[in-house]
Amino acid sequence: MALTGAVRVTDATGSPQAPAPPRGTKRGDGRAASAFLLPGAIGFVAFTAFPIVASLVMSFFDWPVLGDPSFIGFGNFVELFTTDPVFTTALLNTAVFVLLYVPVNIVVSMGLAVWISPRIVGRRYYRVLFFVPAVTPMVGNAVVFGLLYTPRGLIDSVFQTLFGVSAPNFLGSSAWALPAVVLMSVWQGFGYNLLVFSAALDAVPPSLTEAAAIDGAGPVRQFFSVVLPLMSPSLFFATVLTLISSFQVFVQPYILTGGGPGNSTTTLVMYLYQSGFQNFRLGFASAIAWVLFVIIMVLTAIQFLGQKKWVHYDQ
Amino acid sequence: MTSEALGTRSPGLTADDGGAGTPDGARPAGGVVPQRRRRRPPVVSQLLLTLALLLFLAPLGWMVLSSLKSAGEIFTTPPELFGESLLFSNYSNALDFLPFGRFMLNTAFVAVTGTVITLVTSALSAYAFARLRFRGRDSLFLVYLGTLMVPQEVVVVPMFLIMNQLGWINTFQALVLPWAFTAFGTFLLRQFFLTIPKELEESARIDGAGHWRILTQIIVPIAAPAFAVLAVFTFITYWNSFLWPLIVTNDVTTTTVPLGLNLFLGQNGQAWNLLMAAATISMAPTALLVLLLQRYLVKGIALSGLGGR
Repeated sequence: MALTGAVRVTDATGSPQAPAPPRGTKRGDGRAASAFLLPGAIGFVAFTAFPIVASLVMSFFDWPVLGDPSFIGFGNFVELFTTDPVFTTALLNTAVFVLLYVPVNIVVSMGLAVWISPRIVGRRYYRVLFFVPAVTPMVGNAVVFGLLYTPRGLIDSVFQTLFGVSAPNFLGSSAWALPAVVLMSVWQGFGYNLLVFSAALDAVPPSLTEAAAIDGAGPVRQFFSVVLPLMSPSLFFATVLTLISSFQVFVQPYILTGGGPGNSTTTLVMYLYQSGFQNFRLGFASAIAWVLFVIIMVLTAIQFLGQKKWVHYDQ
Repeated sequence: MTSEALGTRSPGLTADDGGAGTPDGARPAGGVVPQRRRRRPPVVSQLLLTLALLLFLAPLGWMVLSSLKSAGEIFTTPPELFGESLLFSNYSNALDFLPFGRFMLNTAFVAVTGTVITLVTSALSAYAFARLRFRGRDSLFLVYLGTLMVPQEVVVVPMFLIMNQLGWINTFQALVLPWAFTAFGTFLLRQFFLTIPKELEESARIDGAGHWRILTQIIVPIAAPAFAVLAVFTFITYWNSFLWPLIVTNDVTTTTVPLGLNLFLGQNGQAWNLLMAAATISMAPTALLVLLLQRYLVKGIALSGLGGR
């Protein structure tokens, strides 16, 4: 009992909870906690924690849908990195997608967030309209871009009208297909970061930019020396999250190109889907998932280590 | 690392909505810019921005315009905004080809059920993590946090096997349950609950209120904005979900809207006018939702850091 009391007192620093008569057990609110946690925890264990572990285990197995799984150690991973040309292509395509998508997304959303300045009338409406494709089904967005990209479609038709020449066959050419997928993805997705950056911009105290202006800093200097450092936490987290989600790109190439032409737009998740649910190699697909996960983890860790150099948390 | 990441993201999300999301007009117009610029309204800037917005919205506009044309009028050079007449019959033809009404009902059911389960279980867990003291609380919370970083793709393969084992292929529970218990909702609400001053619960506690009453009668009303944000985004995520429904359903009785559109593309993808009608039908609900709730959503995203997608 003495121990319980001690714990209560330490815990009470800053928490004005009345030293109510000890109702519960020695463990504090243990009983209530189990009741509150149980519904969520059952689902969490069954549908989140267990599948994560299971996925790691499966990645070391040859696991067909029908028939018995057999343990093959690092076999799946060895196959991925040594003998599987499609995986190498998918890895490369995903890397190119990420390298194009993330910077363009960040620059466009940041640029527009700045552009939609307090002097713009009705800025709230601009922001939300740029956000619309971010919440409409990705399949729909991709289908619409299919009509724009297709030969004789809107872009081609505009090209012929203005320049008298056909536009490239965006989705039918292995050189254009991936950039076309990137463009569609940026169009669809930058609205999230636009809203995040807009909020961060609004939170910058006007007195600071005014002070900089009095010191003779122009708008560009004000932005890079005052505003950007102040919103660096937002920029950091937006970059981290955008990078993570861009590695998971699937629907856009699935709908627009089916991974083609050839394998020129096959991404990691697409290859995972094909391996697991079209070729029914479940262990192999799990191995791809873990390669993806490890890449994401490593890159996120690197960003967190690097943030000290440019992210300022103290206002 | 993860806890640091997500922890630092949260300060914006406070019970009193402080600071981060200054609503438009809360600050005198032009307050940011020096005096001399105030007189010159940014006409050119606004015009160019409007042009950029129109260009941005053009694909959606083209979708709607194309959905009203005849098949032969889809591809013209130069492009024409309208066909000879507005063929609203394309919509009924698209609905005849595939039962999008049914798909919409399926998706609404899945999204609403999933959202309700997510809100209830997240609120309960979040309360335990934010307000109760029990052994292993912090380590358990760390486990929850750790799973936030795991991409969905890692779990879909074993999840498919689980569904198969349970005989849940082509069922609603397979569409709803696997994603109703993720750590995200718990995390989001816990962060919000932590910003609510404990003093507010004190008098209720003295009056003998238990945890259940404190949660439902004090915390939940105060945290309504956080619940709303979580609800809207959970709903939209369920509505738009594609990979998972593609894996666990192949029957019209459980087909969701995005999956239905994919089916349409596969079976009738060359009928562009009908496809665009189907796309318009698929995209209207969430687009309208966002336009209706815009004020709320913009603030919610800003405050909860749901960005980056």
